[in-house]
Amino acid sequence: MEKKITAKVWTFGDDINTDLIIPARYLNTFDPKELAKYCMVDADADFPQKVQPGDAIVAGKNFGCGSSREHAPIALKAAGISCVVAKSFARIFYRNAINIGLAIVECHEDIPVKDGEKIDIDFENGEITYSDRTFESTQFPEFMKELIQAGGLMPWIKARGLV
Amino acid sequence: MTITEKILAQHAGKNKVTPGDLITAKLDFVLANDITAPPAIAEFEKIGAKKVFDPARIALVPDHFTPNKDIKSAEQVKLMREFAAKYGIVNFFEIGKMGVEHALLPEQGLVVPGDCIIGADSHTCTYGGIGAFATGVGSTDMAAAMITGETWFKVPPSIKVVYHGKPGKWISGKDMILHLIGQIGVDGALYKSLEFCGEGIENLSIEGRLTMANMVIEAGSKNGIFVADKKTLDYYKARAKREPRVYTSDTGAEYERIIDIDTSALEPTVACPDLPSNTKPVSRLGEIKVDQVVLGSCTNGRIEDLRIAAAIIKNKQVSPDVRFIVIPATQQIYLQAMHEGLIETFIKAGAAVSTPTCGPCLGGHMGILAEGEVAVATTNRNFTGRMGHIKSQVYLASPAVAAATAVTGYISSPESLNGR
Ligand code: SF4
Repeated sequence: MEKKITAKVWTFGDDINTDLIIPARYLNTFDPKELAKYCMVDADADFPQKVQPGDAIVAGKNFGCGSSREHAPIALKAAGISCVVAKSFARIFYRNAINIGLAIVECHEDIPVKDGEKIDIDFENGEITYSDRTFESTQFPEFMKELIQAGGLMPWIKARGLV
Repeated sequence: MTITEKILAQHAGKNKVTPGDLITAKLDFVLANDITAPPAIAEFEKIGAKKVFDPARIALVPDHFTPNKDIKSAEQVKLMREFAAKYGIVNFFEIGKMGVEHALLPEQGLVVPGDCIIGADSHTCTYGGIGAFATGVGSTDMAAAMITGETWFKVPPSIKVVYHGKPGKWISGKDMILHLIGQIGVDGALYKSLEFCGEGIENLSIEGRLTMANMVIEAGSKNGIFVADKKTLDYYKARAKREPRVYTSDTGAEYERIIDIDTSALEPTVACPDLPSNTKPVSRLGEIKVDQVVLGSCTNGRIEDLRIAAAIIKNKQVSPDVRFIVIPATQQIYLQAMHEGLIETFIKAGAAVSTPTCGPCLGGHMGILAEGEVAVATTNRNFTGRMGHIKSQVYLASPAVAAATAVTGYISSPESLNGR
């Protein structure tokens, strides 16, 4: 994972649920390319056309609430999203994102960024910068850092000889 | 310690755990469905695993898009079926034997009190209703658990919810949990455990407890838990495939918060679009006309739910403006409902009765809503577009409200049918 990125932002509100991220009617496949075509369509019908590789999402609290579908972080990652910044994440989405290697950053503060503007995310120091203002993100617990560094859960269990 | 802490400690091989501890716990059971199993199988194979930790402790339940609605979903189930055969997974439930996973597993006694369970489905938390620690995960967690038989958890802090007093005639577990979610919000218990107790809970059936535990995820909760009491153990006598273990919370157990609810003051409650926390008593809804009513799902597709609805609709007719779809959650429930004449009651009233499936609950098939349509469902989520078109709306309600609504065509309390 890169240590620092600059990304164009798409903003969303609170309680963005997994049905908005990838509606169930598209879950008869888990092909990332297929899922990417419908990423966020029920929140913003044009999103799959607008989003560019490397873009980030900045959202409110409880991002990814609802179902356990790993298709949600997979769709975001395949659509090119480099990182999701949210005030809080629903727990299963949080686990899934780490497991599949979608970068997520929790930041309790309001980042007043608008659609199309840019932010800098410094993963190492846990800082987000937007128009000269810096916002602190929550540090991952050591164990999560270990999972992230291993490249997700499956490489982690493999490295520990559990397979 | 709380029940949740005790179960987690026991499965982590520790004497004590405290909220915030990261533990590795042995799992008694893991499960996945036709949406979540295929990615788990792909991960399992990609990493080069050669066997599962215990073929008897895994369930693969094709319930979401089954009987298969299209070619792609048929391919997904084929993948599961072949995987189950290859690794000797006996609990693969073929069409004709399947049911909605969270109704099926407790009914079959595959999950028992005291268990530690993960499932690649967010409503795995349902088994808290019988005193098990159970929580939803994604497909990769499920894949790793199928290989190792364990997983990591952060021990959650607990919130105790005390339901004082007895519920009124039409108050079910669904009204009790909707009321709570309305009070604390869709992230009101994020990362936390909800423990339920009090007179209102002691009086509640096992079905009602399963309904309540089913919806704790709708408050962001990691798990919900009920003590396995005599009712639970009686329910398990004939069906448990393993020995139940009963845990109770210590008197000095620590809770982050205690919520008191007067059960006797509750009214039939619905969650309005498009969040489960958007709740209102039916009496304060005003006239809301509906196009479709769905009775079923892992929340409210059990025999008690069908009995309540059938009793209300017996000798009445479904409103000509309403499609009433009844989906018993498992084959056993379907059969029982036939024996009791409930299916006949529904069909005579003008309802459509289906083989078990998740179907419309997730907007999969078997009752998708068109633009602008409104549904009342006994399911658990009413997010935008959950049951079809993004401009359709879902109201969540109890089986009693659903049945009354099917008759009147407007969201109605069963009380309002008196004299009809
Ligand atoms: S009935 Fe609905 S909530 Fe329950 S498992 Fe099926 S899709 Fe999920």
